[in-house]
Amino acid sequence: MNTETINTETINTETISTETTATETMHTETAPNDLSRIAVAFSRVLRGTGIKVPISSTLSFGEALGAVGVERREPVYWAAMSTLVHRPEDREVFDRAFRAFFEHLESTDGVEEPPPMRITLAVDDETGDGGEGEPSDDPQLELRFSAVEVLRHKDFAEYTDDELHQAQTLMTRLRLVGSPRRSLRLCPSPRTTSRPDLRRTVRASLRAGGEPARRHWREPATRSRRLVLLLDVSGSMEPYARGLVRFVHAAVAGRQRVEAFSLGTRLTRLTRELKSRDPDTALRAAASRVEDWSGGTRLGEGLRVFNDRWGQRGMARGAIVVILSDGWDRGDPEVLAEQMQRLGRVAYRVVWVNPLKVTPGYAPLARGMAAALPHVDSFVEGHSIEAMEELCRVITADDRSAR
Amino acid sequence: MTPNSPQDVAQALTDHGYLPDDGLATAVFLAMSLKRPLMLEGEAGVGKTELAKVLSAWTGGELIRLQCYEGIDIAQAVYDWDYSRQLLHLRAAEATGETQTKSSDDLEADLYHERFLVKRALLRAIDQRDGPPPVLLIDEIDRADDEFEAYLLEVLSDFQITIPELGVIQASRPPLVILTSNRTRDVHDALKRRCLYHWVEHPDLAREVAIVKLRVPDVDERLAGQVAAAVEAMRSMNLYKPPGVAETIDWANALGRLGVLDLDERSIATTLGTVLKYREDHQRVEEHGFGDIIRQAMNRSGERSGASPT
Repeated sequence: MNTETINTETINTETISTETTATETMHTETAPNDLSRIAVAFSRVLRGTGIKVPISSTLSFGEALGAVGVERREPVYWAAMSTLVHRPEDREVFDRAFRAFFEHLESTDGVEEPPPMRITLAVDDETGDGGEGEPSDDPQLELRFSAVEVLRHKDFAEYTDDELHQAQTLMTRLRLVGSPRRSLRLCPSPRTTSRPDLRRTVRASLRAGGEPARRHWREPATRSRRLVLLLDVSGSMEPYARGLVRFVHAAVAGRQRVEAFSLGTRLTRLTRELKSRDPDTALRAAASRVEDWSGGTRLGEGLRVFNDRWGQRGMARGAIVVILSDGWDRGDPEVLAEQMQRLGRVAYRVVWVNPLKVTPGYAPLARGMAAALPHVDSFVEGHSIEAMEELCRVITADDRSAR
Repeated sequence: MTPNSPQDVAQALTDHGYLPDDGLATAVFLAMSLKRPLMLEGEAGVGKTELAKVLSAWTGGELIRLQCYEGIDIAQAVYDWDYSRQLLHLRAAEATGETQTKSSDDLEADLYHERFLVKRALLRAIDQRDGPPPVLLIDEIDRADDEFEAYLLEVLSDFQITIPELGVIQASRPPLVILTSNRTRDVHDALKRRCLYHWVEHPDLAREVAIVKLRVPDVDERLAGQVAAAVEAMRSMNLYKPPGVAETIDWANALGRLGVLDLDERSIATTLGTVLKYREDHQRVEEHGFGDIIRQAMNRSGERSGASPT
């Protein structure tokens, strides 16, 4: 949302500079050259709004205009939609840009958006890059090594901004991998199994000039299960979320089959934003996407949306779902219990990571936590890097009985 | 077959029992005239797969369906060699002493001949030489894994398949390709870039009534309106699985068979299983009250018939 707001200015300027092109061609006859100019101009406007438009899509749009003509609005609209938009999330922005470009409506009109919220996730931005963020001088090396040990046990909530930055490095070293399971794919096996590998057997006997040569075998390959991380970003989780979001980033950027969402008053998918290897870029992208950072919590409602839109459809099926939350929920605990049960029915395993669990005398008294607990397979701590290491062990170990 | 305009497409699809909206008709028109694959996403049951079937019925091209699943690989989707026959052939050659006289290159050429090739869906779609171009339906692409997606990229951009032992097989006429996805994960951008993209929506009330009448011709017009309106009401009830168009059609069919003329509480209760497939959804609708749904449905379909000249 923020990117859109920021870029409305870009739309306006683009509209002015391309206006003449669009108007002229819409009303006079259209040479192919004009069509490609329209296509290029509109693609640039779309790019300004943050939608990714590769050159190949622009070319298709030009071709498509040639096929449907530019005399009527509807075909032009649908041609643009089917060639330039590749995600349903982008349709709203597209509509606005389309109106601004082809119908010369003020793009800001009627779209009173709240001013973009500034969230500072990567605090090192403020201290400046040349600051204490990277103490690379040699004398400190030994000292820092032991500092790492301290850091491992330290509670996320007590981290200074500087330590948070250092923790990033430690997080990327964590290998968060789902437990292996059998795949349908078969791979060559060194052992004798019940599945002959005829392809290789034929090849081998051909090499031996037709002699019945050694027989080859196959066995099922293994794959790691999909991991789905749901991070609570509500106000009560704030001190932990800034550490945990780094953990989530390390997991998403590190391997293919990880999906990440933030849970607050709404559910936001962050997988794409966090894919970037550069933590600062990724966290900034995520921060601008999450609108309910440090807001309230409606875990049950967020989980319902997750189940409806993603989980039940296949993302959570056979996956390991990890919820990182303190369990404070302002919503109805019944809803949370119902949705947890639903999640538990499709997921292979549900892991709940609660940073408060380590507190002496902790009992899951938060209504939400109490409601969710019966449907959780593993309940683990999540307050420090050491705890995250333990989490990685729990996830990778294929022990479903560890309730 | 290349249609002249989106209206042609809409008309032809309607003639074959599928009512597209403007967006879908334009997307299909572009896919056919630009010869590009069309990727469809949308809720389950909005008619993504059905579109491919109807396209096949319309164009006369054979419908070749590739259902994706995790771990699908080239041997299951593209081609495989008939190894047992190859081995037999090899043993026979050995028995007749051919292996002694023939060079190993010749022997290999014998063995990797087209007659030992087992063609699977993708290869069949590319290698079809007679009749109208086939309709290739690649269903639920999001279930396949990244490796397979990368392979598809090559097939869908050049419409050609490379078999190392035989060479490159190029489609003489590209098939009409429809890909569907349920968004359980993001399909790679590179693949989407090769395709035209359309998000299929649930139809609005008027269109859904028209679809029911088209697909269940013997159902009473009034009942069709009520059923579509009742389904519309259910879709707004936060169900686990909101009913799709397929369910609306099933329901209308069921009610028609039972000789129901007007929706009432009893007929809803006995046929609800055709619309809702989760116990929790049944409970929610029951709690909401059938009476309320009927009232809403009557009002909505009343508005509709009042508005349209009959």
